[in-house]
Amino acid sequence: MGTMTERALKSLKERLAAGFPVAVMLGVVLAAWYAGAWALNAPGAIERVLPPDGAWTWQDLLQATMAMQRPVLPAPHQVALDFWSSLVDWPLDSPRNLLFHVAVTAESTLWGFVMGTLLGLVLSVCIVHSRTLNRALLPWIVASQTVPVLAIAPIVLVILGSLGFSGVAPKAVIAMYLCFFPVTVAMVQGLRSPQVIETEMMHTYAASKWQALWLLRLPAALPFLFPALRVGIAAGLVGAMVAELPTGAVAGLGARLLTGSYYGNTVQIWSALVMSALLGLTLTSVVALIERVVLRHRSQP
Amino acid sequence: MNHSESSIPPEVLARSSAKQAVEVRNASVVYQTADAPVHALADIDLDIAEGEFVALIGPSGCGKTTLMRVIADLEKISAGTVRVNGVSPHEARLARAYGYVFQAPALFPWRTVLANVTLPLQIQGRSKTESQAIALEQLARVGLTGFEAKYPWQLSGGMQQRVSIARALSFEPRILMMDEPFGALDEITRDRLNEQLQQLWARERRTVVFVTHSIAEAVYLATRIVVMSPRPGRIVKVIESTLPNERHLGLRDTPEFVALAHAVREALADGHHD
Repeated sequence: MGTMTERALKSLKERLAAGFPVAVMLGVVLAAWYAGAWALNAPGAIERVLPPDGAWTWQDLLQATMAMQRPVLPAPHQVALDFWSSLVDWPLDSPRNLLFHVAVTAESTLWGFVMGTLLGLVLSVCIVHSRTLNRALLPWIVASQTVPVLAIAPIVLVILGSLGFSGVAPKAVIAMYLCFFPVTVAMVQGLRSPQVIETEMMHTYAASKWQALWLLRLPAALPFLFPALRVGIAAGLVGAMVAELPTGAVAGLGARLLTGSYYGNTVQIWSALVMSALLGLTLTSVVALIERVVLRHRSQP
Repeated sequence: MNHSESSIPPEVLARSSAKQAVEVRNASVVYQTADAPVHALADIDLDIAEGEFVALIGPSGCGKTTLMRVIADLEKISAGTVRVNGVSPHEARLARAYGYVFQAPALFPWRTVLANVTLPLQIQGRSKTESQAIALEQLARVGLTGFEAKYPWQLSGGMQQRVSIARALSFEPRILMMDEPFGALDEITRDRLNEQLQQLWARERRTVVFVTHSIAEAVYLATRIVVMSPRPGRIVKVIESTLPNERHLGLRDTPEFVALAHAVREALADGHHD
């Protein structure tokens, strides 16, 4: 019993020691943010908020820069308050609730992620199994990523719109466009990762190409796939948000950013920004968790 | 050693009347390189009867592994003929005539020991319950009962290679081919595995082709030792073992064993001076 509490205490100490640098960094960032907010908002505060006759102290200035209606840079607590109030003061189906926008953006991100991953898997299998396809496809796949997604998005929206697709589909396609690339590249590498001795062994068992793919190449590629999925789902989120901008969409984190900037509501922009960061973090963490479960037997602890 | 039909020694002719597991006739393997063609194998003649334990021994580059890879359809011959169980190596491979043990265990890290042994059976489309029963039995034969749920990294190098032997034997192939299977192991482990392999052979009399560069290993295991030499890869001498089929490690100190080892060493030296 005594050793157990000792061990628990020790692990707690280790965790605290590991968390310490992160906490210090967070403190530094917050301090810099407050300083930045003060410096950037001061001219506006002097011009618009404080009495023009100059009858104000530096405390008044400090207070004013931290509580402006449309600050250049909102203070952290302003963002936190706005963020919190959007979650608790409005019902889930209200466009004023950030979770409503999260649901909209997450839906197109996940559809794009699933489609992009499938496309990447199919492409990589084709590339690995055919020298012709390797030479024909790979340059185009690489070239596709040199076209900025901002240029692609309106075209996709127009074309899919003319075909009668609207809502989730065009946004998912744009998310897919960013998702499939890391998956394809990693899977080509992963499917080629088995050593000669392993492929020869499958050859001696007279295994078919598909058996070699299913029993050797795919499992061998999994450690390559998961890092790509983590990159892919984050890229898909970017794609989904970018896709919300030219649609003039009324829902989604991208739309929230856009309306915020239309009306100069910087606090709203920052809350949406924090929310999209949290969404990205959550999505990649889920993928990382699946990775840990799937690959739990692979290496020595 | 490049003899015509008439100069085949009588004991070889006698053996050819027995059922042949492997027949190699005038086989050559030539690699085209940038500067000059490399003769990995030149005019090889070799017969292996069913139930024999044949060791291929020689220095690096003598083509011993190439010869085995030709028999296993992992390498194409440039000239000559090779028959395995009376058919071409390609057909023999598709008929699952042989199990091949590589230098490294090549176990899949994502599969348990049991699942690694069932791999060939799974490829052959056997049912899961049947495969697992066979695999458990094979693991018992290599002394690994109780390790079936472990993952390869939890096993020592010697145990991993025993798993790979169990895997190669899982579908009861008529021929077992082993390419320096114990080369990467320490001597103590190697001795023990040699003893186990010899006992396995004495029990089952499966045809074994065994590549090694250890004289002691070749003499201890084989019923026939094929000594090879490089540039070009060829057979310099075939030595029939005079040791009994039932063997134990103590045999290695007997005059008979020492004489055989000496003969192999002489043949290797002859090949080197040619």
